Amino acid sequence: MSEKVIELVHLQKQFGENTVLRDINLSVSKGEVLSIIGASGSGKSTMLRCINLLETPTSGQILYHGKDITGHDMNLSQYRAKVGMVFQSFNLFSNMTALNNCITGQVSVLKRSREEAEAIAMKYLERVGMAPYINARPSQLSGGQKQRVAIARALAMEPEALLFDEPTSALDPQMVGEVLDVMRSLAEDGLTMIVVTHEMAFARDVSSNVVFMSGGVICEEGKPHDIFENPQNPKTREFLTRFLDSHRGNY
Amino acid sequence: MSFLNDVVNIVIKYYPNLLDGVGNTMLIALIGTVAGLVIGLLTGVVRTAPLSKNAVLRVLHKILNAVIAVYVEIFRGTPMMVQAMVIYWGYAFATGGSTLPLIPSGILIVSINTGAYMAEIVRGGIISIDKGQFEGAMSIGMTHSQTMLKVIIPQVMRNILPSVSNEFVINIKDTSVLNVIGVTELYYFAGIIKRQSFETFQTYLVVCVIYFILTFTVTRLLRWVERKLDGNDSYVIFGSQSDSAAEIRISREA
Repeated sequence: MSEKVIELVHLQKQFGENTVLRDINLSVSKGEVLSIIGASGSGKSTMLRCINLLETPTSGQILYHGKDITGHDMNLSQYRAKVGMVFQSFNLFSNMTALNNCITGQVSVLKRSREEAEAIAMKYLERVGMAPYINARPSQLSGGQKQRVAIARALAMEPEALLFDEPTSALDPQMVGEVLDVMRSLAEDGLTMIVVTHEMAFARDVSSNVVFMSGGVICEEGKPHDIFENPQNPKTREFLTRFLDSHRGNY
Repeated sequence: MSFLNDVVNIVIKYYPNLLDGVGNTMLIALIGTVAGLVIGLLTGVVRTAPLSKNAVLRVLHKILNAVIAVYVEIFRGTPMMVQAMVIYWGYAFATGGSTLPLIPSGILIVSINTGAYMAEIVRGGIISIDKGQFEGAMSIGMTHSQTMLKVIIPQVMRNILPSVSNEFVINIKDTSVLNVIGVTELYYFAGIIKRQSFETFQTYLVVCVIYFILTFTVTRLLRWVERKLDGNDSYVIFGSQSDSAAEIRISREA
């Protein structure tokens, strides 16, 4: 097994009295694509948001190359530049063009020159097929286009790993395809990815590992083939059966 | 038509005074609104900033928040005419008789008063921005101040522009209360003209029309700025035929 990029150790998250994550242990290696599946409310998104410290864990550790990032001495800004995130609701800066969305972070955080940042931004906008739309503002783009720009924005930081929080859940079926195609090609290029998703076909075909979560705990973890063809945990079985029933033909 | 004659005569005879008044009114209202907006932005950013993990900074931040809250309540809760008297004569009292120059006093009073309103307008503008904008910026490593400067404030400025124009219009009209300390704005000159011409109604009618022209022009102008800022709803694909900036080259084979 190659080097571990991100590791969660006894991670716990509570919102007041409500425990959302209990004792999560998980690790992601370089080049791995990890899909996290499970019903809504099972803690998938919260876990992902903890990894980027958009939520502060109640207890436990988040290790980045073996170093705990929940400590105060950690430079959060530099860490987040290394571990990017793509959101369900895109969260593009609505006051900027697609191009500037991809430039701002590079200039502010990585201290790249404007010219260098623009060249890199163009490279990744081309990569996601959004080069003709560089001067469009987010309000002028469709959902799928917005999400591709958001992916380009994250890629422009040249991160080590990318977190995807249900990136296709707000899109119609045709747009889902264009976004998944981009993600598929990133996976083929060896980018380390953690993907929270309801796209079972993507989880099965693209990921190297799949985690099934329920009630704030990891119920089952394994190769996609094993999880989808031969789930061991009854909860996984129930989830997949119900999912297949409602999505017959799509899977 | 002696009434119309009276009105026209007032304009002709006293137009240097009227212009003087318009100039001072607009100067005080414009600088007062801009300075008020700056106060509003500063206080808004301070009040919406997350508390520091450092205990000392956290206490200082809370004290600053309390000071701002007191400032806003006092200056929103008392009439500007009274504020003008208290500040102008308060300074005279404290210094044993010396007074501040009048126009700068007027600008100071309008700025502080507007700042109290702008503080709330800006705060409302900042908290109305979708949380996702902050998260998007955080997710690529931008700090809170970078996020504020590059992402949030530009959006806040656009969103609060209607309220800011509203404040500007209010200030054009409300500078008239500064005549209580003798600032030579438009309303002050109206009093002088009335006393010289003995034509009270005609004088104030002229001044009334001038105020309306000022506020109407400013409103239209700022509405135009808003439309400019919003730009197009649709997007012309970069380099396509409908992109006027695109260069179309036609070459002919020899």
